[in-house]
Amino acid sequence: MPDPVLNPQLNADGELHHLLSLDGLPRGIVERILSTADSFIGVGSREVKSVPLLRGRSVFNLFFENSTRTRTTFEIAAKRLSADVFNLNIASSSAAKGESLLDTINNLTAMQADLFVVRHSQGGAPHLIAGHVAPHVHVINAGDGRHAHPTQGLLDLYTIRHYKPDFAALSVAIVGDILHSRVARSDIHALRALGVPDVRAVGPLTLLPDGLDELGVRVFTSLQEGIRDCDVVIMLRLQNERMSGALLPSAAEYFRRYGLTPEALRAAKPDCIVMHPGPMNRGIEIDSRVADGAHSVILPQVTFGIAVRMAVLSIAASSARFR
Amino acid sequence: MRIAIEAARLIDPAANLDRVAGLYLADGRIAGVGQAPAGFVADRRIDGRGLIAAPGLIDLCARMREPGADGALRIEMRAALAGGVTGVVCPPDTDPPLDEPGLVRMLRQRSREAAGARLYPLGALSAGLKGQALAQLCTLAEVGCVAFAQSGALPDDRGTLLSALRYARTYDLPVWLRPLDATLAADGVAGEGAVAGRLGLPVVPAVAETVALHTIFDLQRATGQPPVRIHLCRLSSGAGIDLLRAARREGLPVTADVDILHVHGVDSDVGHFDSNWRLDPPLRTERDRAAIRAALADGTIDAICSDHAPTALEDKLLPFGEAAVGASGLETLLALVLSWAQSDKVPLLRALELVTRGAARVLGEDTGTLLAGRKADVVLFDPTETWTVNPDSLLSFGKNTPYLGHQLTGRVRTTIVGGEVRFERTPAAGASA
Repeated sequence: MPDPVLNPQLNADGELHHLLSLDGLPRGIVERILSTADSFIGVGSREVKSVPLLRGRSVFNLFFENSTRTRTTFEIAAKRLSADVFNLNIASSSAAKGESLLDTINNLTAMQADLFVVRHSQGGAPHLIAGHVAPHVHVINAGDGRHAHPTQGLLDLYTIRHYKPDFAALSVAIVGDILHSRVARSDIHALRALGVPDVRAVGPLTLLPDGLDELGVRVFTSLQEGIRDCDVVIMLRLQNERMSGALLPSAAEYFRRYGLTPEALRAAKPDCIVMHPGPMNRGIEIDSRVADGAHSVILPQVTFGIAVRMAVLSIAASSARFR
Repeated sequence: MRIAIEAARLIDPAANLDRVAGLYLADGRIAGVGQAPAGFVADRRIDGRGLIAAPGLIDLCARMREPGADGALRIEMRAALAGGVTGVVCPPDTDPPLDEPGLVRMLRQRSREAAGARLYPLGALSAGLKGQALAQLCTLAEVGCVAFAQSGALPDDRGTLLSALRYARTYDLPVWLRPLDATLAADGVAGEGAVAGRLGLPVVPAVAETVALHTIFDLQRATGQPPVRIHLCRLSSGAGIDLLRAARREGLPVTADVDILHVHGVDSDVGHFDSNWRLDPPLRTERDRAAIRAALADGTIDAICSDHAPTALEDKLLPFGEAAVGASGLETLLALVLSWAQSDKVPLLRALELVTRGAARVLGEDTGTLLAGRKADVVLFDPTETWTVNPDSLLSFGKNTPYLGHQLTGRVRTTIVGGEVRFERTPAAGASA
């Protein structure tokens, strides 16, 4: 287990206080989040869709970068825990007035915030915030730059475990723009933390970062070879601005090489599952016949995501004061 | 003013001197080493027992925040003296850039008033540092610019760059360049490798340095025989150092420095996005650091600079990629050179050469030595005193250093410029003698 003193996410007792990254997060905490999420799975389908775990607590969604989907799922998760939720679209308020990031945080803390859910275009922004908030305040990373999207990594892990419970024999391929993807980085840490033996990254060299070997990831540039005999195929979204330019010539050529069609999917195991963090670009990274097909678990991912985010919020909020 | 420094360990790399002896200063010059000249009567005696007396440090890159922030130069000059630095080279990337003789004159006037370290201004190589038209190199040289620099990355307009190099060569003016290709550096903030890959930080690849070096050497050859003299600022990669060695073997007139933070730091020091380690060039791998250290030991690199870049702390309290670049370094340079020497078992004579005579040679100055007759620029320091780096112990405006909270060993007691005691620090209570 990593030294909690060196891990900025854990308090002195080794409990999860902030969720910033899955890199270095102890396996026991990951497993506790997944099993806690199990207990929340039924809540959404009950007539009364909430539990009182965060009653009276204030959750601030701080989105320095726009994301309707992630913000909404965090909002639903917090409301199902009976928290008071405040959505702040910082991109169009304080930052535009020249207020610094930490001044914004100090102001919101003065408004008795208990949890900050932070999305930022710069890697490390949630770490900076976590290093400066009051000891009772928790920070949950909802995506920072290319660095991490830990709740997405956890919900992907939850989804995989749901369909493929035996991690010790699993092959998982992550396909697409690994270089710019915080989802890929979080997925890799999550899968390696739980002992998945075969994690692969698939894409052209222009979209693959350094250091994948050190993370225990095998690199493939061919889709066919990369997903061969895989149990799980995770497709990544290709951002519009990267479809043509210095890194790729065109969306059409990308689709020919890396688009997941039913024909291409035949290389994977017959019972494989296909995942995507959304929103999808149909016809660019994934064929509609696959997205809507029998192997797709893309919509269950969304449902599980709410339970996983409820688990993260409730576990972090229950930790003692920081240090 | 006649000063006798008694019983200090004198270290003078230029004279291969390392022994306990007396050092005598008179009329702004070194008057005697080991023995006072006939008839020398000291106005002041300094007890040097347990201390090292060495030539004052010469820092090849220190930003003094002027022009830009009025009154800043005086503060940064105090920081220089507190760091034992008696000569500072100021790059021209000020606000506005040092491309006008009037600005240089004003800066030198303020420097004289500040009575700090000697100031060696670098003039802008191109007007406004834009890389599109030549600056008035000869006029700037006449008012005191010691060399000409482009600061940042190489300008995209290589035609104008070649022309500037040829113009400089006409008058034998040295040119200082950063080996950095702007298009390859793009929006990078970290060195390439596993650490940047894991943190998802955009990178400045080592090839941004090596491509620029190839370009610089090609353009240098194209200036004729002998080619223009070039000084390379802040090499950061092992591959870049290999190219420097090859250029040296070929006989190109080229010198080079590295900054002290790259002698110590590696990419993994960034840890959890510590913005105090956000540097330009970015930190690179263990192998690059090993190559830098080897090149320092074997003489491939001529000097170590501080790359002093003082900035307000709030400009560092930002996400890594948005934080201000660089570190405050004048006051930690000496202690960090000493700690490198100790950890790599480099003799003090060689280690100190890189911040004294080696740096002076790059400048073409006859300082950086204790030889009799030379300018009396001397630092007296306690090599064993341990001190804590914190905002109160630093005189610079810039408290931005990755060593905040760290203990360093080696502290300046007295700094003498031109035979005049300009800085003195009494030893802290309880400090080792």
